[in-house]
Amino acid sequence: MLKLFNKSILKENPIFVMALGLCPALAVSTTIENALGMGICTLFVLLGANIFVSLLKDFIPSKVRIPAYIVVIATFTAIVEMILQAFSPELYQNLGVFVPLIAVNCIILGSAEAFANKNKVGTSIVYALGQGAGFTLALFMIAFLRELLGTGTVTLLAIGTFDGVIRIPGLASAPIRMFGLAAGAFFVIAFLQAFLNWQTMRKKEK
Amino acid sequence: MSYIAIIITYIIVSNFILTQFLGLCPFLGVSKNVESATGMGFAVTFVAAIAALITWAVQNYILIPFNITFLQTVAFILIIASLVQLVEMVVQKVAPPLYKALGIFLPLITVNCGVMGIAVIATRTGYNAMESFVAGIAVGLGFLLAIFIMATIRERLDLEDIPKPFKGLPIAFIVTGLMAMSFMAFDRALLNNLLG
Repeated sequence: MLKLFNKSILKENPIFVMALGLCPALAVSTTIENALGMGICTLFVLLGANIFVSLLKDFIPSKVRIPAYIVVIATFTAIVEMILQAFSPELYQNLGVFVPLIAVNCIILGSAEAFANKNKVGTSIVYALGQGAGFTLALFMIAFLRELLGTGTVTLLAIGTFDGVIRIPGLASAPIRMFGLAAGAFFVIAFLQAFLNWQTMRKKEK
Repeated sequence: MSYIAIIITYIIVSNFILTQFLGLCPFLGVSKNVESATGMGFAVTFVAAIAALITWAVQNYILIPFNITFLQTVAFILIIASLVQLVEMVVQKVAPPLYKALGIFLPLITVNCGVMGIAVIATRTGYNAMESFVAGIAVGLGFLLAIFIMATIRERLDLEDIPKPFKGLPIAFIVTGLMAMSFMAFDRALLNNLLG
């Protein structure tokens, strides 16, 4: 189980290795807060969809399986939308159009089609958790770098009088604004991916 | 908003791929050669335009009157999925050569977030039927423009000597980043200057 979890986080990391679900990953990764919010929402939909697909796999005729999965995924997306609107309207505002777009996130359909419809509920849950965690982790890394370079701050939890925002001297007063915009996001993900490729290549050579 | 303004907005100023990150998966997946990239671009334009029109009708004549707007996401995705299926069948019957050219790309459009994106954005900004339709076409043409440029660049990149860790996706991202940077030159000011 643990092995499967590890594999689905790292070796099959949805963003860096499989290049799935890129649209939300890049769009909401301007700040760490938004990235974590998006990660958790996606994790929830992924979990719900995988549980239901693996439970229903014997009842869904294989010809109409894709539309059936899409309906399951869209339903969970609608639930997330309502929960967000009720409990965190600010995050809902920030994520904007990307909340309903969780429904077309290829990670979810991908893991339903490639994993949940062939496996038992237990393993599907583990796989969904791993994929969701891998997605959140990747989002966090991209958001951390973009926030650091784009605004010169690092946002952590607010504790007591400390508001949770660390301002990097020098960078906060003159940030590289491009990293907050679209172009910067593409560069950040390109270099992160190249770095990971380089790491795996070095390991193989040893 | 006038139609020209909508067209310029979605093709250039807020190009879905290069400024909004919508529709990246097919953009990176199908941009390896120019021919399939243009095929994909036209297929997306077609589906996006019709999807924007039909989702507008469903939103205004079904979801709002019956007060079930919370079903929006489910309804829209079903419309898009069945539309793609329909388009596939019609094209297969009416224009077999076109079907052969587009074949594999058609089903992929269902999970193109650009199509879903324009449907949601059009209802949120409150476009009327014609404006939604035009916005759908413009989004598709913007996608076509981006994927066409990308494919021509990638065809040439194949011949270049790229550092090993950057081979494949990372270099594609860097190319996209550079394209996005050049598109940063077009902003709202351009619209104001052009249309006053």
